[in-house]
Amino acid sequence: MSVSDRFRRIAARPVVLDVQHLGMAFPGSGGGVVHALHDVSFQVRRREFVTVVGASGCGKSTLVRILAGLTAHSSGEVLLDGRPVNGPGPDRGMVFQGYTLFPWLSVLKNVMFGLEMQEVGHDAARAEALQWLDLVGLAHKAEAWPHQLSGGQRQRVAIARALAAKPRILLMDEPFGALDPQTRANLQEHLLQIWSHVDITIVFITHDIDEAVWLADRVLVLQPPDAAHPGGWLREAVEVPLPVPRTRAMLASDAFRATRERIDALIHPPQVHAAERLPVFKLTQAGDEIL
Amino acid sequence: MARGGWRVGGELSPRSAAVLWCCAFLLPLAAWCAVSYVPWLWHPQVLISEPGGSSYSAGMRVERADFAAAQREAASAGTAPPSGERVNPIFLPAPHAVGQALWTGFTTPPLRRGDPWLHESLGHSVSVILWGFVIASLIGVPLGILCGAVPAMARLVEPFVDFIRYMPAPAFGALCVAVLGINDAPKIAIIVIGTLFQMVLVIANTTRNLDRSLVEAALTLGASDKRLLLRVVVPGILPNLYTDLRVLLGWAWTYLIVAELIGASSGISWYINQQGKYRAYENVFAGIILIGIIGLVSDQVLAWIGRFLFPWSGQRPSKPSQIAFAIVSFPLRLPWILLVLARKHHPANQVKP
Ligand SMILES: Nc1ncnc2c1ncn2[C@@H]1O[C@H](COP(=O)(O)OP(=O)(O)OP(=O)(O)O)[C@@H](O)[C@H]1O
Ligand SMILES: [Mg+2]
Repeated sequence: MSVSDRFRRIAARPVVLDVQHLGMAFPGSGGGVVHALHDVSFQVRRREFVTVVGASGCGKSTLVRILAGLTAHSSGEVLLDGRPVNGPGPDRGMVFQGYTLFPWLSVLKNVMFGLEMQEVGHDAARAEALQWLDLVGLAHKAEAWPHQLSGGQRQRVAIARALAAKPRILLMDEPFGALDPQTRANLQEHLLQIWSHVDITIVFITHDIDEAVWLADRVLVLQPPDAAHPGGWLREAVEVPLPVPRTRAMLASDAFRATRERIDALIHPPQVHAAERLPVFKLTQAGDEIL
Repeated sequence: MARGGWRVGGELSPRSAAVLWCCAFLLPLAAWCAVSYVPWLWHPQVLISEPGGSSYSAGMRVERADFAAAQREAASAGTAPPSGERVNPIFLPAPHAVGQALWTGFTTPPLRRGDPWLHESLGHSVSVILWGFVIASLIGVPLGILCGAVPAMARLVEPFVDFIRYMPAPAFGALCVAVLGINDAPKIAIIVIGTLFQMVLVIANTTRNLDRSLVEAALTLGASDKRLLLRVVVPGILPNLYTDLRVLLGWAWTYLIVAELIGASSGISWYINQQGKYRAYENVFAGIILIGIIGLVSDQVLAWIGRFLFPWSGQRPSKPSQIAFAIVSFPLRLPWILLVLARKHHPANQVKP
């Protein structure tokens, strides 16, 4: 299936998440407001994998927390399957950057948590949770405590826990941000593998452009506020012209590099530094310079 | 190379930790021994053995300066000088005297017939403390958790609790006696008043310190308010709550002395007071030390139990410790074990071939 065919097929799918003119202003110090988001609109279709990139502080976390219903937005609309979102709910699963497994529950009980909240009986919940753990490759750790797992394992359990509650959409806020590059690469592959097995729509926040491009069907590029936009705003939605399933080899392909560079240019517009105006910081003592 | 235990943020080896633990008690004891047994360190008084021509009588304690003056006076007047040995004031008995008192306190009958023995006084005090603490906890723990978890509750309850907290519990003594009579009820009430209000604020704070992202994670998993409270907030704060209660139990002891002196005096503080009236200060010390020992031992036991209660917090007790705990806790766990066995062997749970 060619890449353009693929995007046509995605475009034919129903819209799961519809964000319309979303704006967010936090009350700031001294009675002012801090604009975090300004007029952000986009749609995510069924089983699409969308990543959001942007510089630090441009409102990525704010966006995903609004989608999850953990923060109330100040203007615009968020619709999930056509119904407005207000407040958190099990139809939007979330994986956080920090470790948020419940430390007092075993790994298995953590995954069972969402099921039990939905009144699934103990035995059925247990059987189902074991299947999810199996999917993330941690069935053998079912009885372990979260503190006995590595960071990568914890995030895999967190993914299993979120998916077990059967959300319509999975929101991830820099879930691999705290991991080392090797574990991170493993988990990226793992996530795509899970995604190929599960009918789930994913919105994934990251500040790593490689990660954003390699994982996604589409990359949303957020920009920090500027003169025309009082809050973080959506610069562009970039379609990733790479076939699925993704392989590590694609990281070296021209299509990948071109996309990557395009996004990079959007995030970091070329700037001329007035280098001679920067002060010189001396860390060495006189006579110890190497230049 | 790890930073040593005397450095800021350093690490202490288990051996040094044990040695220092002992030193914590041995150093004050050594200081006490030194002051008691080394005559020239303090001993500001003289115990008269032979009054001679002075106005003193045998067995009297006089200041050293006065004694020297009396000796000079006797020398110039040509009468026999008084003699005696340097001693500490009567309110500082020597360690051996207190040690002896600790022993004899339990073996000698009370001075007046009908008065309680030392161990009866102690038992009475412990029961007052426990009742007071249990009642305070039954109200304070749920209220504190609610205040910490529900902002509206905090606003409604905490300002008033804060207001009462500043009133010294003993101020309520007369009121408690008027309402509750003179027996144990007003004493327990004082302990409750002394601990409850602190407890609500401390526990509310502990609850507020629960990692917010755990609550948020539960919300995205579809937890209702009730479940959030019972299945996330409560288990989430449990280890800290346990530590709080240990600290607050110590607090309850500080209100014991006032509590026991209102209405009909009783318990260990009555014993201490009574012995003070008899000027039997070694018994006073014995009583004070007994309170300390009970407090320390019960706190250490609770700390030890705490290590088994929260296996998820990552502390791994040693094997002998685990075995000891298994034995000690067996009677408590027996009903639970029977329940699990019954469920397992219930016909409905049998695996069908
Ligand atoms: N609770 C809040 N109150 C006030 N201002 C906030 C709050 N949360 C976020 N902001 C502001 O909103 C803006 C966007 O923050 P946000 O955390 O969404 O950025 P981000 O893109 O996730 O950054 P990073 O990549 O560093 O995580 C920032 O200017 C921040 O100061
Ligand atoms: Mg962020």
